Parts: sequence; C-alpha cells; structure tokens
Amino acid sequence: MTDGLEQRFGPYGGRYVPETLIPALDELEAAWLEARDDPGFQLELSRLSRDYAGRPTPLYHAQRLSEEAGRDIYLKREDLLHTGAHKLNNALGQVLLAKRMGKTRIIAETGAGQHGVATATACALLDVECVVYMGTEDMRRQKPNVERMGLLGATVEPVDSGARTLKEAVSEAIRDWVANVGGTHYVIGSVVGPAPFPALVRDLQRVIGDEAREQFLDRTGRLPARVIACVGGGSNALGTFVAFVDDADVELVGVEAAGDGIDTGRHGAPLTTNARGVLHGSMSAVLQDEEGQILEAHSISAGLDYPGSGPEHAYLRDTGRASYLAVTDTEAVDAFRRTCRLEGIIPALESSHAIAWALANAGPGPDLVTLSGRGDKDLAEVLALG
Amino acid sequence: MPYLMAGFPDLETSRAVGEACIDAGANLLELGVPFSDPLADGPVIHAAATEALRAGSTLHGVLRVCESLAEQVPVVLMVYANVVLAGGDGAFAERAAAAGAAGLIVPDLPHDEAAGIRESCDANGLALVPLAAPNTPPERLRAIAADARGFVYTVSVAGTTGERRELPPELRDTVERVRGAADVPVAVGFGISTADQARQVGEIADGVIVGSRVVRAAGEGGPDAVAEVVAELASAL
Repeated sequence: MTDGLEQRFGPYGGRYVPETLIPALDELEAAWLEARDDPGFQLELSRLSRDYAGRPTPLYHAQRLSEEAGRDIYLKREDLLHTGAHKLNNALGQVLLAKRMGKTRIIAETGAGQHGVATATACALLDVECVVYMGTEDMRRQKPNVERMGLLGATVEPVDSGARTLKEAVSEAIRDWVANVGGTHYVIGSVVGPAPFPALVRDLQRVIGDEAREQFLDRTGRLPARVIACVGGGSNALGTFVAFVDDADVELVGVEAAGDGIDTGRHGAPLTTNARGVLHGSMSAVLQDEEGQILEAHSISAGLDYPGSGPEHAYLRDTGRASYLAVTDTEAVDAFRRTCRLEGIIPALESSHAIAWALANAGPGPDLVTLSGRGDKDLAEVLALG
Repeated sequence: MPYLMAGFPDLETSRAVGEACIDAGANLLELGVPFSDPLADGPVIHAAATEALRAGSTLHGVLRVCESLAEQVPVVLMVYANVVLAGGDGAFAERAAAAGAAGLIVPDLPHDEAAGIRESCDANGLALVPLAAPNTPPERLRAIAADARGFVYTVSVAGTTGERRELPPELRDTVERVRGAADVPVAVGFGISTADQARQVGEIADGVIVGSRVVRAAGEGGPDAVAEVVAELASAL
C-alpha cells in the first residue's frame, strides 16, 4: 500500500470487514491519496466550501459565556455552515471523491439526521443517487430531518433491528456496501469504520482546526490554552485537534456523553471508560460486555448516542496527547439553555456537551470550543423536558 | 455442511438441531456464535443471533453445544472478531479447542488482520479458515491461500449471507481461481439454499455450506424441519 494514509493508530484502527470490501477500501485509499494531492480537486472542493457551504466559518469571542466562565471562550461556528453542522465538510469531499472514482450511487448512515442531510445535500448538488440508512427510532425522534432528506431527493431506508438507532444504521449501510460494492460509495459520517475512513474523514474535517488556529492567532496573537470539542464518533473533535496536535502547550479535551451518569452504565463514553474492541470495521474504544457483545449507548444527544469512537482518538488518549471526559444529559441541557440566553445561539445538544465542560472546568484561558452544529433539530427534545 | 446458530431459538434446541443435521447426513457442522452486530450476515442469521442473545445465550453455553456435537462430527465455529478478541485470542482459542472445535471462521477478519488470531489457533490445534470473495485480486488470493488452514471458504457472491434465487454465473470461475491458488479444499457458501443449487456447487467445490435456509428451518419447524432440509440437500450431493 502507498504510504501517507494511516491504517492504524497505535493498536487501533485496521480493517475488520468482510473480504469483499477490501478491494473497495484499497481503491478508496488510492483515490484519496491522488485527489488530496491534485490541485484541481482541491480547488473544486475549496470553491464549493466557500461559495456553497459558507467557509470559512467565523471564530466568535463569546462575550457573555466568557464573563460567566471567568475566562475568554471562543466558539468555532460550524453551526453556521450550510445544513447547520460540520458534517457537510466531509459529505461534500466524499461525494466529490466518489464522482471522481466513477461511482454512481451513494449510501450513508445517519443518527440524528445531520450527516444524512449533509450527504443528501451534496448528492443533490452533484447529481448522484443517494440512499440513507436510519434507525426507525431515530426517524421518529428526528422527523424534520427525514423530511429534509426526502425533499433533497434522497431515499431514507428504515432500519428496524436492534435498538433501531445509529449503530444498526451503520451496520446496514455496510451490508449494502458489501452487496453493491462495484458502483456504490459509502459516505461514512465520522472518523470511524475501516481504514482508510478514519484518516479520510479527518483530512476532510481538518479545515475546522486549520481555520480556527489561524483565526485564533490573528485575533489574539496567541494559541488557545485549551481546545474543547464533543466526541461521538469524533469527527468535529479530531478535525479541530489535528491542527493543534503539534502545539505542545495546547491542551486537547474531548467531551463524551455521560448520559444518565457514567456510574449508571447508561452513557455514550467509551473513551472515558477505557473499553477496547472492534466495531464497524475498526479496533477502538467500544462499549461492550465481557463476552464482546456490543452494548447500546445512551445519550440525550443522538449524535453522541454511539457505542464506538474513532481509533485516532483512542490513540491520542493512550499517548496522553488528548484527554477525554464526559458530561451528563442534565449538564448538557443546562449549557444548551445558558448558551441560548447568554449568546443568542441555539447550540446542538452534541456541542452543548463541549460548552458545558468548558463552563464547569477552570483553566488559565483562553478556550477554543468547537460549536459543531446548531440546535434547531433538538428543540422538541429539550422542550419536552419542560 | 450446514450452518446453525448456537443458542437459537435456545441452547438446548440448537443442540438438537445440530443432532438432526448429523442424522440427516451432514459430515461437518458450522456452528454460529451469536454476535450483536453481525456485519456479514443477512436478515435471517442476524435475527437468529439477536434472538439467541435475547434468550440468554453465552459463550460458555455455545461451547457446551459445540462440545456435544464435536463428539460426532468436526465442528467449525463461525465467530466475529470482537468475540474472539474480547477476552484475548489466546484464551478464546484455548476454550474453543477444549470444547472440541476443529477450527474458526471469522467473517470480519480479512487476511491483513489475521496473523495474531491464526497464531493462537495454530498453537491450540485449531484451523483458522480464511474467506475469499469473487472480487479478491489474484495476488491477494495467493496470500490468503498460502496461509489457509483446513479449507478456503469461498463467498459465492458480493453480499451478506442469505438465500438467493440464482447462483452467480461467474461462480465456476471464482471457484477455479481459488482452487488454483490453494492446496487445501475449497468450500462455497452464501446464497445456496436449494438442492439444485447444492448439486451445482457440489460439482465444482469440495464443500457446500448452507446457512440461512437451515437457520430459517430451525426457526420455523425446529429439528424436524432442519432434518428434512439437510436430508434433501445431502441427497443432491
């Protein structure tokens, strides 16, 4: 294999998938290495990112959150990206890549619907067939996003197995890919899955961190003391962290979902709880029982409601370069409400976990928090709490 | 070579299903170890695994079923990588060998990831049976075959397990390619469910694996229904 794209991150990563997919993964890796170095491809992607998606997204000094925290907090505003979350960075890049590879059909999985909407959007723009797998429980919880995907011309395939959420949707998408591997590309939504996906998605999301680092230096003349982002699969966090990994003085903090509380076992925090296993094609931190059966995750935020995590995060954790902590549903909802009232920003429940951690944990400042998406999709969930 | 899901619909019945397979003429059994997220399996086997876990199937129970069937015919465990790795592959291989298993088939363990588990299997006298697919490139196929133990499990179609109306037209070619690369026998699985299909595959391969059809029979009619299906398939070979 050509070098330049990681298969493993320490002991993590790899390709634990049926043999049928191996040629497709090899093909994808080769195509990405080529596209990544092709100025024509990069020009097209950056043009779309700017004119269509709205990059660069602003870096915003959150004045009133800063006052509340007693230190400066800056928000990287991925919530202002087209479709309302960072997911479009990855979807645009992968659908462009798939077209370049001659694929005529795109499949994707979605939990909350943000990645599904982003992929359906990219497919509408680039005129490719799009099928999105979604658990029936998530379809019920995220009805507006199901309708958005329909309007965008995508077919939503209901998945009715297991807990009928994100984990099952990923499995079903992989099964589709195994059966239709020739003409289909699977746009995975996070830095998870078999190699080369974790590295590919990181490369497409690193625009978040690259922009934020430059903006931060421009604005403040220094780097942040801490970079904080929420972690489900972990693509917004990794896309931010990767730009700061070599800045030894910058602390990297990934915030997982503690759900009802780590002690209750009802959470979505595999990195915090140190579990290791194989899920959806890679070795990483995975919630499982002692016999290796994968456990259901629990979080109020559908985007963090996933029992796995990106292999590179597990590696950053083991090497001590990044730390991973968890915030409960209650703490996240409190941060959600405070951000609405103090800043006039309705953050996604996922991103609210990162804000909650920043508010609750003293540091020297300034902090950079990735606001990975907007919270319109979460209104029903939060309002139902009263 | 019938495939049955251990613990489906419960451990005791699955043992009886295995017995029925043997009585009906099976000379080797593939015993599925239930897993929560079986990526390589279609709806029938996926549902059976879910049901087995819901009924409280544990690895210990699965290995007891293996033990009792392995006294009569060779039993190969079909098990997902995470179940093997969870307690360490060495410990898993030891337990499987102690339960009389002849080998392991790990459907989500492609050649590049297999070295560690193969070593543990070798050390315990278990065959780690590799899989080959219709789209596996020649050079890779040679590497897979060179490290094969027991036999090469040739996947008949790109896709998951499940009954299909027709065998793929390129199957003969696929099997010939695998045979050309391998010194060990070649078995074919995925998509084979009727006696006619079994006969066609039996003409070109050393082993014919039937999974979803057998599991469906186990769910619909228990050991009796399985005996009928396996007898019909066996008579076609």
